[in-house]
Amino acid sequence: MAFTAFAGTATAVAEPAPRRRSPIALLLLLPGIFYLILFFVTPLISLVITSLQAPDPLIFGQYVNAFNWQNYVAVLEQYWPQAIRSAGYAALATLFALLIGFPLAYFIGITLRPFPLLQSLALVLVIAPFFISFLLRTLAWKQIFSVEGPVAGILSSLGALPPGVSITGTTFSVVFGLTYNFIPFMVLPIYATLVSLDLRLLEAGNDLYGSPATTFRTVTLPLSAAGVMSGTLLTFIPAAGDYINASREFLGATDTTMIGNVIEANFLVLQNFPAAAALSLILMAFILVLVAAYVKRSGTEDLL
Amino acid sequence: MTNNEVPKSGFAEAGADLELVGITKRFPGFTAIEELDLTIPAGSFFALLGPSGCGKTTTLRLIAGLEEPTAGRILIGGKDVTATKAYQRPVNTVFQSYALFPHMTILQNVAFGLKRRGITNADALAHEALQLVELDHVAGRKPTQLSGGQQQRVALARAVVNRPALLLLDEPLGALDLKLRRQMQVELKDIQSEVGLTFLHVTHDQEEAMTMADTVAVMNKGRIEQMGPPQELYELPHTAFVAKFLGQSNLFTGDVVSTSSRTLVIDAAGSKIEVPTARAQRHNGRITVGVRPEKVTLHDAAPVADSGRNVIGPGRITDVSFSGVSTQYEVTVPHVGAITVFAQNTSISTLHHDGDTVWLSWAIDHAFGLADEADAEPVSRFHADLDTSMIAVQSRKDLEAELEEA
Repeated sequence: MAFTAFAGTATAVAEPAPRRRSPIALLLLLPGIFYLILFFVTPLISLVITSLQAPDPLIFGQYVNAFNWQNYVAVLEQYWPQAIRSAGYAALATLFALLIGFPLAYFIGITLRPFPLLQSLALVLVIAPFFISFLLRTLAWKQIFSVEGPVAGILSSLGALPPGVSITGTTFSVVFGLTYNFIPFMVLPIYATLVSLDLRLLEAGNDLYGSPATTFRTVTLPLSAAGVMSGTLLTFIPAAGDYINASREFLGATDTTMIGNVIEANFLVLQNFPAAAALSLILMAFILVLVAAYVKRSGTEDLL
Repeated sequence: MTNNEVPKSGFAEAGADLELVGITKRFPGFTAIEELDLTIPAGSFFALLGPSGCGKTTTLRLIAGLEEPTAGRILIGGKDVTATKAYQRPVNTVFQSYALFPHMTILQNVAFGLKRRGITNADALAHEALQLVELDHVAGRKPTQLSGGQQQRVALARAVVNRPALLLLDEPLGALDLKLRRQMQVELKDIQSEVGLTFLHVTHDQEEAMTMADTVAVMNKGRIEQMGPPQELYELPHTAFVAKFLGQSNLFTGDVVSTSSRTLVIDAAGSKIEVPTARAQRHNGRITVGVRPEKVTLHDAAPVADSGRNVIGPGRITDVSFSGVSTQYEVTVPHVGAITVFAQNTSISTLHHDGDTVWLSWAIDHAFGLADEADAEPVSRFHADLDTSMIAVQSRKDLEAELEEA
């Protein structure tokens, strides 16, 4: 298609050669198929089986295979507040990451375009936090937000925060942590679309009576939609299942528990494997439905 | 009334005058335009002709508002627009790259400017504009689904539909093949006379400028060298640059040896060349005179002396290239240098051969005297075309050829 636009009217597009079934192609696919079966399909089936298990009537704490679909109803009844909270926190974090990430990506991809060195440097700065463990960085924020920390100190000296009140363990700190941790995932795909945006299109927009704001709305934004789309998905999906930021050891508290924390607790602490498995599958289904709806609404199926 | 508004008033009834007063544009490290004064009357088709890097595209961008001048003023229809932004000016541009919005349909592209100005029947007007360029049947397609020539016409429709007081064309035909280019030149000219707008066409193609424009300004190194109707520029170039850039010229440099009221004579390496005084820019000292190749006649023997003609010779033909309608000869005359001659192929017997000894003559009235001296370097037969768009065209053609082979 790109070539038909490129070539003149007279140039016929060469017919693609008929595809031949080659045993080599299948052979080359084998490692991938094997990998998927071993590391994706098998655990998924195992998870489905676990989610339907029932408690062993004889030994306490053991489970036997069954078709105990009530597990799903039970976990939904018990954990719906955490599920809703997860969706809400993830949505907030995605929104804030977009509000911060888009201007940042725009700055790096368009404003810094005449200065390639600065552009590379800015990009490195976006990626730089990845060189330090995610856990360490989140713990560092816990320190910064702690009662003795600088933020609380400044806020209470200004009288904005009563002394001794913690910033950690609040909705604010959890959403902050999620936003902070996922900003690079928002910035990079948006940057990728903006860096290849033809600036002459913006000039054309201005030339055709579009003010900078109008040109942004009618040209820049639609042309970076693919990046925004990938960025929001890359932020929302992991944020919805995240269990680090919301955990009590990090930035959360009991009343900020997210679905990831519940799944973790059921697997590792309560050892209620069917409940944990059921919750995992519900989370997966929820995200799949949401993403499918989002992609369909944006009309950009070909992006994924 | 603030001047921050997008022009919302209806269409321009007619084109507007454009006036550039003392425009200078400096970029870090170089000056693109120096003290440029230019007036383009309303309703005219004006061509700004020059090689790449002469400042013509910068001039266009300054008028469009895409660049700000370092000094000087820009007036459109008598109104100073120097301080206004691109989107506030009653000017539209047909970009060299077309710059069609890839995410919009052809119709949305064409209606874009109208919608920004809040014109209610934008779609109907856009369809009309597409009919003008005979592309209404592709209104629902995306730009990438069209050929280069079609995209070019859409870009034109997108600009013309707004009926701007001034339409700027930035080498819009550069990427088209020769046949399509000729066709578009005619179409553009038709559209211009139909809608009566002021067209400012920037090009490095002298033939294009001459066929289309009422007035041509030849630009070189940020200045306008000469301006006037195409015939005048061609028949009576004022500078060596114009003589060489607009068509081809045979130039001779020598000291003025005698002057009369009607003609002056120079001595070019022993050959006496006469030029009408009225057609010479300078009348004494060392000057350069020239003659167009098609004005020169070849003779097998020394022609009888004629007071109305300059005669040079004998010389030897070093190159013959036959192109059907005419034949181009390269004649080397000792001490004078190479002279190019275009001879119409009106009869078979006039054909000369490589190595023949010939004499050359031309009517004195066809000679012209230049204001500056020709460079020491010889006038090359084909000027090197290093314009980026031409390189792009070339590489596209190479690619197409490669694809066809594959």
